[in-house]
Amino acid sequence: MAVGKEIRTKIGSIKNTQKITRAMEMVAASKMRKTKERMLATRPYSDKIGKIIKHLAHANPEYKHSFLVKREVKRVGIIVISSDRGLCGGLNSNLFRKMLLQLHQWDQAGIEIDVCTVGTKAYGLFNNLKANVIGHVSKIGDTPHLQDIIGIIKIMLDAYHAGQIDELHVVSNEFVNTMTQRPTIEQLLPIVANELDEQLSNRHWDYIYEPDAKEVLDHLLVRYVESIVFQGLVENNACEQAARMVAMKSASDNAGNLIKELQLIYNKARQAAITQEISEIVAGAAAV
Amino acid sequence: MTMSVHVDIVSAEREIFSGLAEMVFCPAEEGEVGISPRHAPFITRLNPGEVRVKVSATESYPFFISGGMLEVQPHVVTILADTAIRAKDIDEAAAIQAKQRAEEILADKTSRVDYASAERQLFQAIMQLRTLERFRKRGS
Repeated sequence: MAVGKEIRTKIGSIKNTQKITRAMEMVAASKMRKTKERMLATRPYSDKIGKIIKHLAHANPEYKHSFLVKREVKRVGIIVISSDRGLCGGLNSNLFRKMLLQLHQWDQAGIEIDVCTVGTKAYGLFNNLKANVIGHVSKIGDTPHLQDIIGIIKIMLDAYHAGQIDELHVVSNEFVNTMTQRPTIEQLLPIVANELDEQLSNRHWDYIYEPDAKEVLDHLLVRYVESIVFQGLVENNACEQAARMVAMKSASDNAGNLIKELQLIYNKARQAAITQEISEIVAGAAAV
Repeated sequence: MTMSVHVDIVSAEREIFSGLAEMVFCPAEEGEVGISPRHAPFITRLNPGEVRVKVSATESYPFFISGGMLEVQPHVVTILADTAIRAKDIDEAAAIQAKQRAEEILADKTSRVDYASAERQLFQAIMQLRTLERFRKRGS
């Protein structure tokens, strides 16, 4: 029967799409489990090193490391962590929106920016913006290693040492739970002391350093920056998979609804065609 | 009641130990240190070797670390290990193999490898074996 041929092909194509989105959903779900485990495993380390650094910011070392000293801000460096691939809902766009607001504020204050990007999405954005991108990595995959990001961190730290940038920020998504990913902008350098910890800031104290303050601090602070950026990367990975899973799930659901509606229209059309045919035959018979 | 100090050992991959202890022994860069509760704030780098957490007079846990950082606050000791393993999880065969491999590389003067890194590997393997040996000797 010729009726509703277009509708049937339409239903077929939506069904195919649904198959793909459902497969992507399942892939993302299993990947999310793995990336989440990885994220939770590395969290204690970055938490602890963060704590030590906060203590350090309260201490009164005789050796002032440049990472601990505030400077007048003329130029800031940002490390933007995004995903390589799309189809993950509003993950990247939410992050970029928050970041662009901040960039706008800096722009109005006359502060220039240098950018290092992780992931092709961020690179694409800053290329369009014609921003000063000084470093880029992408195609890191689901099992990131510290080696992957050491390059861009070194670029940023060197720029900070040389006085080209006066602040360093990291922009990435924080994994709250499967449904929620929170875009965050965190200031890495100079290290800011947490005001709330009064117990430590009330009295004058300092660490005993072995072998000496400079060596220990150099080592520790670089380690700190690396671990925070790495943690950002790992979290962003988990966020990407979670966001993709949710986006693909809603896409599959939407496809299901669409199919239902089209099926209804198709059935109605078919029924109307049959009725019409019968009435034609009856009318023909009556005429004879 | 004896005084105790909270000890956290974390490696880049996971949390290894978290709990109260009477004393902690660490292979600091300038020599082994023992940290008691209410120790003055202290921060140093660690060499590869054994970290021993003494929980009570009779009970202590040995760990192997391949270097890292130690931070001491009066009531909290934090060890950031590059990699840490419980001493009983050390794979003896793997450690011996690693040691041999490093020795071979060092002996083979013709190959153009990074001697510093080979030496470091050898040191790590030796320390792993030593940790294991001590762990066995104590018979725990």
